[in-house]
Amino acid sequence: MLRVRDLKTYFVTEHGRGTARAVDEVSFDLYPGETLGIVGESGCGKTVTSLSILRLVPEPPGHILPGSLIEFEGRNLLALPAPELRAVRGNQIAMIFQEPMTSLNPVFTVGDQIGEAAIIHQHLSRKAARARAIEMLKLVGIADPEERVDDYPHQLSGGMRQRVMIAMALVCHPKVLIADEPTTALDVTIQAQILELLDRLQQELGMAVLLITHDLGLVAGHADRVVVMYAGRVVETAETTELFDRPTHPYTEGLLAAVPRIDAPLARLHAIPGQVPAATAWPAGCRFHPRCPYAWDKCIAQEPPLLETGVTGHAARCWLVTEPERRQAKR
Amino acid sequence: MTGVVWLLRRFVASVAIIFAVVTLVFILIHVAPGDPCVGSEEGGTQDPVMCPLLTRQFGLDQPLHVRYGRYLLQLLHGNLGYSFSLHRPVSGALAETIPFTLQLAGVALLIDFLLGLGLGIYQALRVNRLPDVVLSNVTLFVYSLPTFWLALVLLLLFAEKVKLFPLGGPSDPILCPVIDSAYCLADRIWHLVLPAFTLGLVGAAGTARFQRAAMLEVAQQDFVRTARAKGLSERGVVLQHQLRNALLSFITRFGLTLPFLLTGAVLIETIFAWPGMGRLAVNAILTRDHALVTATALIASTLVVSGNLLADILIGIADPRVRVPADGGPETSLVPA
Repeated sequence: MLRVRDLKTYFVTEHGRGTARAVDEVSFDLYPGETLGIVGESGCGKTVTSLSILRLVPEPPGHILPGSLIEFEGRNLLALPAPELRAVRGNQIAMIFQEPMTSLNPVFTVGDQIGEAAIIHQHLSRKAARARAIEMLKLVGIADPEERVDDYPHQLSGGMRQRVMIAMALVCHPKVLIADEPTTALDVTIQAQILELLDRLQQELGMAVLLITHDLGLVAGHADRVVVMYAGRVVETAETTELFDRPTHPYTEGLLAAVPRIDAPLARLHAIPGQVPAATAWPAGCRFHPRCPYAWDKCIAQEPPLLETGVTGHAARCWLVTEPERRQAKR
Repeated sequence: MTGVVWLLRRFVASVAIIFAVVTLVFILIHVAPGDPCVGSEEGGTQDPVMCPLLTRQFGLDQPLHVRYGRYLLQLLHGNLGYSFSLHRPVSGALAETIPFTLQLAGVALLIDFLLGLGLGIYQALRVNRLPDVVLSNVTLFVYSLPTFWLALVLLLLFAEKVKLFPLGGPSDPILCPVIDSAYCLADRIWHLVLPAFTLGLVGAAGTARFQRAAMLEVAQQDFVRTARAKGLSERGVVLQHQLRNALLSFITRFGLTLPFLLTGAVLIETIFAWPGMGRLAVNAILTRDHALVTATALIASTLVVSGNLLADILIGIADPRVRVPADGGPETSLVPA
């Protein structure tokens, strides 16, 4: 349904001190009705990837390089003229953002903001848009929607605002919902409620969800497939259970080991040594090699492609796939 | 705090500020060298017999605190005092000149805001493209021009070289001493063009720069990205989501610019022989006309204070975060209002 191929989004840094290759040849597919999780640390390019899909990357400094392809229902979104792109935005592909506090306009009522997309795309009258907004507020589980529709964002709590954001994104029943860290700014109980809501709405409306997060636990519970990103690259992709059972890339391994477990004996939390390198100067060879416990000369000399592991749909950008015996020789 | 209580407090504070300004100006003008009898410099041409008599008649021989007390008492009765230099009550002189200042500054303000807002919004729509870059440089240039210089250049160009507009004055003194016909109204407008444009252009350049910056600041906000993600056109994003927020900071600027009604017009009124309050104030200072100086200061400070008050009230109406209180509860109270 949504096909991303060789997506390159670069940022020109100020004073020409180089180009930040935030997203570098990223490819993945999103199938109808599924939830695809994109996981990675901050700075790995997952948010830029999600913004690139609807061409929301601020330009300048950012630009999507020619040769990139984002195909939605047979059309390349990157080559679409502005009016046609706008007809996709908010209508067929909608987005919710990380910060419900700042992502709503403080001077308009939530009803106006929810109804806006319906007015643009479905040419509803103001009255009909208001009725639709009330309906949407009810759908996302806000009590007294008839009254809340006239509230301003500052009158709502963080969880309610994120519900409003979801209502706003779903008002035109999009086929794809991009959720960029939808719960990161919320506290844990609200997080669970919002995710339940998203799951329920996905089933009711039959849309595909691209769930972008740094939280592996969230992916485990809600995604059908996972794409792991590191340093602007896809480093591993697999079905969720397969990924958790057999992580192949050392980075994924490290991420999984860093999740505290309630059923394991108490031990020091594992941390991946080092830091994500700067996007202006990715390491040569495999971009993970400076932090990798298995790295050998080949990793420094040559970057591996995404290699099939043998299990359907499971691929990792690691030479260990071709030389599995080296997994024993941990540095 | 409810709106009424807030308004009442602001009102009391405003009166206190005006009172303080009047007091300060009263003391300053009285301790300044020179007095109305002698004049500011050596112009001691007054009658040596009449001078002491007049001094006693106006109570100028009394100590400062007595004179101040008397002045306040008169002020509370609505009496602004008597102008030595004009030989008439101050209130009469003000009533005659204020309409002229209001006409000049009103038109200038209209040009300032309409042109300035329009340009600023247009630039925000074309940001960093050629029209925006050109306009940015033009507005910077105009904004840095001294008004008196621009006034003289415009006079030279449009009143002297090309005789499009009159050299000065508020109207034709023979045909239209008062406005009593459509012809005289047109005559007044014709006389207004140059002084109002001089004031308005410089103001508009500043307003345009301010508005452009305010629009671009809002452009960085997350909710602008949200609006774009909804499928709004670029115009819709800028003119609805950005403008509504940028207008809030413009209202504050409006409050600060309002006193310009009086103060900014001083030079222009002098150059264009416009019989307004600014010119009156200049002459009052030069002739050490105590009552007149204090009265103009009173009006100026009232304008400053009420401009700010008006801006705060308008913000209260325009900004829902101020107008509508959050519903309470621990979560919402964390949000900055």
